[in-house]
Amino acid sequence: MAGHSDRDGLKAVRYIGAAVLLLIVIPPFLTSYWIGLLTQMIIFAILAMSLDILLGYTGLPSLGHAGIFGVAAYVVAVLSTAYRAGFWVSAASGIAGGALISALFGLLVSHVRDVYFLMITLALGMVLWGVSYRWIPVTGGDNGISGIPRLDATGGLPIDGALAFYYLMLIVLVSCGALLALFVASPFGFTLRGIRENESRMKSLGFNTWLHCYLSYVVSGVFASVAGVAWAYYNGFVSPTYLDLTASSELFLMVTLGGPGTLIGPAFGAGAIVLLKNVISGYTQRWLLILGAIYILTILCAPQGLWNLWKRRAG
Amino acid sequence: MTYLIIQTLNGLFSAALLFLIASGLTLVFGVMRIVNIAHGSFYMLGAYVAATVIARSQSLVLGAIAAVIAVAALGLGVEMLFLRRFTARPLAQMMLTMGFALVFRDATFMIWGGDPFTLPYPPGLRGSAEAAGVVFPAYRLFVVAVAAGVGVCLWLLNDKTLIGARLRAAVDDPEMASGTGINVALLSGLVFAAGAGLAAFGGVMGGPILGGYPGIDFDLLPLAFVVVIIGGMGSLKGALVGSIVVGMIDNFGKALAPELSYFTLFAPMVIVLALKPTGLYGRT
Repeated sequence: MAGHSDRDGLKAVRYIGAAVLLLIVIPPFLTSYWIGLLTQMIIFAILAMSLDILLGYTGLPSLGHAGIFGVAAYVVAVLSTAYRAGFWVSAASGIAGGALISALFGLLVSHVRDVYFLMITLALGMVLWGVSYRWIPVTGGDNGISGIPRLDATGGLPIDGALAFYYLMLIVLVSCGALLALFVASPFGFTLRGIRENESRMKSLGFNTWLHCYLSYVVSGVFASVAGVAWAYYNGFVSPTYLDLTASSELFLMVTLGGPGTLIGPAFGAGAIVLLKNVISGYTQRWLLILGAIYILTILCAPQGLWNLWKRRAG
Repeated sequence: MTYLIIQTLNGLFSAALLFLIASGLTLVFGVMRIVNIAHGSFYMLGAYVAATVIARSQSLVLGAIAAVIAVAALGLGVEMLFLRRFTARPLAQMMLTMGFALVFRDATFMIWGGDPFTLPYPPGLRGSAEAAGVVFPAYRLFVVAVAAGVGVCLWLLNDKTLIGARLRAAVDDPEMASGTGINVALLSGLVFAAGAGLAAFGGVMGGPILGGYPGIDFDLLPLAFVVVIIGGMGSLKGALVGSIVVGMIDNFGKALAPELSYFTLFAPMVIVLALKPTGLYGRT
């Protein structure tokens, strides 16, 4: 959580480079099941990194983040099925929709902190879930919306097949990761960390902390929307389960397990949770029980996240 | 006019149930600063335990007592074994309760299966009451009366007894309270257990109408949160007012505009937050 030294940064870059290289080289040799799973891991890695901006860097625990992801996914679903919009229009509208909702919600939450922030974002997330569940003419209610066209069919992008889509997602992940890394390394990002550590001091130094928190919320929402758009195209189907409280809390766990305030940690945390979920679901129906146990164990054994734990051990 | 009266009474019934859930949630928050995600699970477990005991013993009273005691004991265990280690670290505590909520949900499913059920009505309260030409289910009136009784007891306990005074001291300033010799840790455990027990009691009272099913925990939790946010976190009076506001709006919203019912429910929360971020009776 503390400031990174140059050596730390260099080491991190090396590990990230190795991970990305593996992600480029290995997939052509994998079955379509594993390619699909890797694509899922990548999409949730983007989502977890976006939450890390709020939770890890700004210290604002959002429990409604899956809602923003869901809004973007639903916008894509509605536009591309009911209105037959192409890829670019749907994707841009999805991101704009998620950004708009974040800009709106940001006005309501940016002045509250800590557990109050948690409760209010939880309630706002449930509003979005409620809308997706009850606004049946548009969202299809519990049945969700299926039949979101694959990318090759919409003709917007020359993407054919699961492997090509996987590489597209990898490019999106690396670009989002780079942008977010630049964001947190900027003076703005350091101000966010200052607010996390001691807001009243930042205030007395003349920073407009409300505005910083607000912008942090919106930026985080925009990247969550990118993940939402990607998810809609990957899955071809959206339903209220993707934005309920369980989804938001799973997301929260990804960040906490990985290591808040590190970007790379939450990305790996997301990968680990998605992988576990899919593998364990193959053997047993008790995924929620295991997820709950992972929660409790994370808090008891590694409250700072695995990445920070490992970094302390190694360094 | 009849329609209006019936809907108002229905709204009061929702408010009564919400008050039973939210009063525990707000007390736990007030004393311990814990956002208890597992609070809905306590409601759900209350309904399930009561159903099991009632099926064995054919006694509603026994079922209610067993549910309250079992769930309160469970709450006490969770507080003493896990939450207490993370005092003054609200995020870690919230995540623990989240973990327990998931465990309880799945354990409930494992033990009792996924079939929804309802509890039997108490004898004599099955039918309906009639007054001034308005026919109304007697049981709902009974629940409103019981919740009012619980509210009065909580108020007396909080305002008129020594335990209540200690409780208020612990809410205001836990450090100073423990400095004057109040055992804040013990008090916290008791409050958490009492909150769990109250939620379980809510599950029993709501049982004949809402019943129990896996998922009712997360269905009710947001409503309870809205009540607590509107009323002000930690305030018993706020929980009462918030329950009535949310119960009424939820009921009329569902009756008048079912598709927007979630929206109508959260609108007052947004308004209250915009005007008074700490809620109607909350203190900073």
